[in-house]
Amino acid sequence: MTLAPETTDLKVELQLNGDWFAVCELARLLPGRGVAALLPDGRQAALFRDRAGNLYAVDNRDPFGGAAVLSRGLTGSVQGRPFVASPLLKQRFDLETGQCLDDESVRIATYEVRAA
Amino acid sequence: MTATPEATEATPTIVLVGHGMVGQRFLEALAERGMTATHRVVVLCEEPRPAYDRVALTSYFSGKTPEELSMTDMEFIETHGIELYVGDPAVSVDREAKKVTARSGQVFAYETLVLATGSYPFVPPVPNKDARGCFVYRTIEDLLAIEEYARTRTTGAVVGGGLLGLEAAGALKGLGLTSHIVEFAPRLMPVQVDDGGGAALLRTIEEMGLSVHTGVGTQEIVVDEDGAVTGMKLSDGSELATDLVVFSAGVRPRDQLARDCGLTVGERGGITVDEQCRTVADPHVFAIGECALAADGRVYGLVAPGYEQAETAAATIASDEAAFLGADLSTKLKLLGVDVASFGDAHGATADCLDVVYSDSRAGLYKKLVIGRDGTLLGGILVGDAEAYGTLKAFTGSVPPVKPESLVLPAGAGESVQLGPTALPDDAIICSCNNVRKGTIRGAVTEHNCTTVPEVKKCTKAGTTCGSCVKVLGQLVTAELEASGVEVDKGLCGCFSQTREELYEIVLALRINTYQDLLDRYGRDGAKGGDGCEICKPAVGSIIASLAPTIGASGYVLDGEQASLQDSNDHFLANIQKNGSYSVVPRIPGGEITPEGLIVIGEIARDFGLYTKITGGQRIDMFGARVEQLPLIWTRLVDAGFESGHAYGKSLRTVKSCVGQTWCRYGVQDSVRMAIDLELRYRGLRSPHKLKSAVSGCARECAEAQSKDFGVIATSSGWNLYVGGNGGATPRHADLLAQDLTDAELIKLIDRFLMFYIRTADRLERTSTWLERIPGGLDHVRDVVVEDSLGICEELESLMTAHVAHYVDEWATTINDPEKLARFVSFVNAPDTPDPVVGFVPEREQIKPDLPLLTIGHRPLEGSAQR
Ligand code: SRM
Ligand SMILES: Cc1cc2nc3c(=O)[nH]c(=O)nc-3n(C[C@H](O)[C@H](O)[C@H](O)COP(=O)(O)OP(=O)(O)OC[C@H]3O[C@@H](n4cnc5c(N)ncnc54)[C@H](O)[C@@H]3O)c2cc1C
Ligand code: SF4
Ligand code: FES
Repeated sequence: MTLAPETTDLKVELQLNGDWFAVCELARLLPGRGVAALLPDGRQAALFRDRAGNLYAVDNRDPFGGAAVLSRGLTGSVQGRPFVASPLLKQRFDLETGQCLDDESVRIATYEVRAA
Repeated sequence: MTATPEATEATPTIVLVGHGMVGQRFLEALAERGMTATHRVVVLCEEPRPAYDRVALTSYFSGKTPEELSMTDMEFIETHGIELYVGDPAVSVDREAKKVTARSGQVFAYETLVLATGSYPFVPPVPNKDARGCFVYRTIEDLLAIEEYARTRTTGAVVGGGLLGLEAAGALKGLGLTSHIVEFAPRLMPVQVDDGGGAALLRTIEEMGLSVHTGVGTQEIVVDEDGAVTGMKLSDGSELATDLVVFSAGVRPRDQLARDCGLTVGERGGITVDEQCRTVADPHVFAIGECALAADGRVYGLVAPGYEQAETAAATIASDEAAFLGADLSTKLKLLGVDVASFGDAHGATADCLDVVYSDSRAGLYKKLVIGRDGTLLGGILVGDAEAYGTLKAFTGSVPPVKPESLVLPAGAGESVQLGPTALPDDAIICSCNNVRKGTIRGAVTEHNCTTVPEVKKCTKAGTTCGSCVKVLGQLVTAELEASGVEVDKGLCGCFSQTREELYEIVLALRINTYQDLLDRYGRDGAKGGDGCEICKPAVGSIIASLAPTIGASGYVLDGEQASLQDSNDHFLANIQKNGSYSVVPRIPGGEITPEGLIVIGEIARDFGLYTKITGGQRIDMFGARVEQLPLIWTRLVDAGFESGHAYGKSLRTVKSCVGQTWCRYGVQDSVRMAIDLELRYRGLRSPHKLKSAVSGCARECAEAQSKDFGVIATSSGWNLYVGGNGGATPRHADLLAQDLTDAELIKLIDRFLMFYIRTADRLERTSTWLERIPGGLDHVRDVVVEDSLGICEELESLMTAHVAHYVDEWATTINDPEKLARFVSFVNAPDTPDPVVGFVPEREQIKPDLPLLTIGHRPLEGSAQR
């Protein structure tokens, strides 16, 4: 007998221009870590899953350093708000709003994301 | 938009033309004085949106939305009954009849008219200046248009190398265009910096991949048959191919409306006003902001003086006393990652003044202070490092308490002094945008009980405009809190109230082997059950890894939950570089390597096109690997017998050695063999910070063992063990812990020493700082690890034995684990596609990173007098 875990069918999807764009299987997202996705228009998104199973997606580019690396940062939460810290110079970004928590004037794009 | 219904002919009316930054501040100043209750206030706003933060305009490209840039609180407009007409500019003024006509045809009678029409970008009259692809850089609409046009183009050029021009060029580069800057003057930012500063700036900006053309003018814009820009002709006869041109050649006051109704304007533009900001021609009309020619004969292109004028005009209209007598033109910005600041009399215009200059053009540094005869600091220019800007600016106009030279020398060079903001007098202006003095900030802490920077910002308004004073603000708040004896939380982070040492004890004593378990049981109240943070996750991950065999955790850092705790470098088992590529450092124990090994490394580096360098740690670093190449590279390295060098981990790095007794005529012990033994024993040991070691074959110390965390020097009768040495930022000579040890004694002592350090140090605390910090210092450590005063030596040794017995090379494990390998891709949905942002350019026959998109204007400017 083979038992397939329930999640194998679930795909992580991003909303792009009103359509849902499938990125990968949900199982590829390790809680607390991210992955990067290449979007049809050449942009990159960083996708994360937190401990409670919530999904987040933001632009992958670190606006301070310029490299596309946010998916490789460490995640966490401050006062209940999820964030990712850039692996370059450690600035943190709110995963829900894209707001940089260490520099008010900086915000990165966010995407609607779901598992379906 | 709101109308005040009861507005009648009888209510005196104030009409404001222009709803920019200064106009909005004027409205706030009116409301503060209660004038909005007694007057009808009409605002004519030309742009399609109410006032927004023009100073932070460029941050649109780093993700700010137009809504976020807005400075207009609709509730404020409504509660004060202000009539705001968006998208409806004033077209004429009849001063005789005291009436303003708007484009929509509405006519407003006024008692007081305030012009705050700002300025417009100056576009030099070159042929085809209005062609498709030509832009200016002033409004949100300009940025939207540039962004749209750039989408399908590859090259952009900015005319003008002033502050704004550089900002615009950074934005173009950020949009993915190859960017050029064309500046007529012989240097960049001609107004703010002098030749020396310009040279330092030029070097740094060119290194970032922007092409700078100074000393040339733009003569013509070249267009194709469809009238779209294809290039520009320069005054030196050359032609520059470009798809897009942004003019940033300065601004001119928007005084047409004033001219048309006969108000006096200056020779070079600007509505002439007196010290109360009242036009000299008509007592019922005021002009403020960039459209005004102030009583001191200047037109200010900065927001701070405009704000002061807004306050002055509002006060005058409310019959209070106020005057605008002139303002400071200090500027600081962080553009394209370069700090540039100028303040006060930057060009040394004062009679008899002297310059103090420090310049290092290789490092892109240039600092100049202008000093008066009596030692007064008059002004200065800082390029490349504007760290001292906040303090220096506040000292301008006074004699600083230390010698000026010491303020510009870099740390470590001669008598450099860090003059902290605590040395400033209470009346020094800390925030020049909002005119907040140091005393006011201290008062916010001591009298208004503010304990954080955001609270102080709210309380004093300091730091709320351009943000350049926030750093000094933070230092003042901390200093003030400490002075008033506020207790500082010693917890590891926001998630744990324990120190790292306490967490280590909990993990070891209770055999807790997951982070979540530790967080849920011992975290702070708000943090339990949460996601932790970037500080405690790697710290706890390191504790778990150091103790893995003892507490029953996997010793493999990418296993299960542990993978999510690791710093990014540990997670990819490689060091991330500035463009998102990685470096690869195989372990070369003791620095000893066979020719065969060298050849393998050479071949791999050649096949993958990696940059190679001999490191300071006696091994070879290969740079420029893409994430998906790491497993391929490591498969070959592991095949050839190499292991991870843990260059990425807070763990043992290298044990350097000299050739020692085997070859050297002075050597008294086999230092290479001992170095290899030590390196293999402690490899992979996770610790609070990195660990370095070295073994020298005699007292000549060619391996520099006394600069290591644990260093060994051969004696004729054995080994001397030194601990707590450090190179790096704060070098420290190691202390002698024990002498003339046998091999076995040496290893036993190092085992104990390292485990005691791992147990009691703080996160990111090298052995040197740890030794200085712990009560009792070296004597205490010697008591514990040599005399066993705490009776823990046996435990320390067995912890180390367990580590040694369970060591496995993590790269060998990883390349044999398909599930882990799947993580080494640039894109989860396109595993074969490399990250296009990772690019390289040649240098000295190898490669170097081609810097990806630059940092653009995210650090707001504090002024840009000339653009
Ligand atoms: C490659 C190398 C420079 C070189 O081209 O030679 C190097 C490169 C880095 N060093 Fe170093 N250090 C290198 C030898 C040194 C040395 C010399 C030595 O070890 O003999 C020192 C001074 C000795 C010391 O550590 O006490 C040194 C003191 C530092 C420091 C300051 C540590 C301190 O306590 O002050 C840092 C920053 C840190 O660790 O926090 C650092 C950090 C770094 C990092 C990890 C910075 C980073 O996070 O990206 C660099 C990463 C390299 C990479 O990506 O591969 N590196 N670094 C050397 C690698 C040695 C090796 O084979 O592992
Ligand atoms: C990209 C950029 C960066 C800058 N950085 C800095 C900085 O770091 N520090 C600094 O101090 N300054 C900076 N400035 C300058 C700063 O923005 C200006 O000094 C400030 O905006 C001036 O305010 P103002 O209200 O006088 O003019 P504006 O903000 O230009 O507002 C004038 C408004 O009046 C409107 N108007 C004009 N004519 C009419 C009419 N007839 N009827 C109705 N409305 C009309 C215009 O459309 C405009 O909206 C920067 C400017 C730019 C463009
Ligand atoms: S430390 Fe002594 S043994 Fe080693 S190389 Fe130098 S002189 Fe020779
Ligand atoms: S100087 Fe304080 S906000 Fe600009």
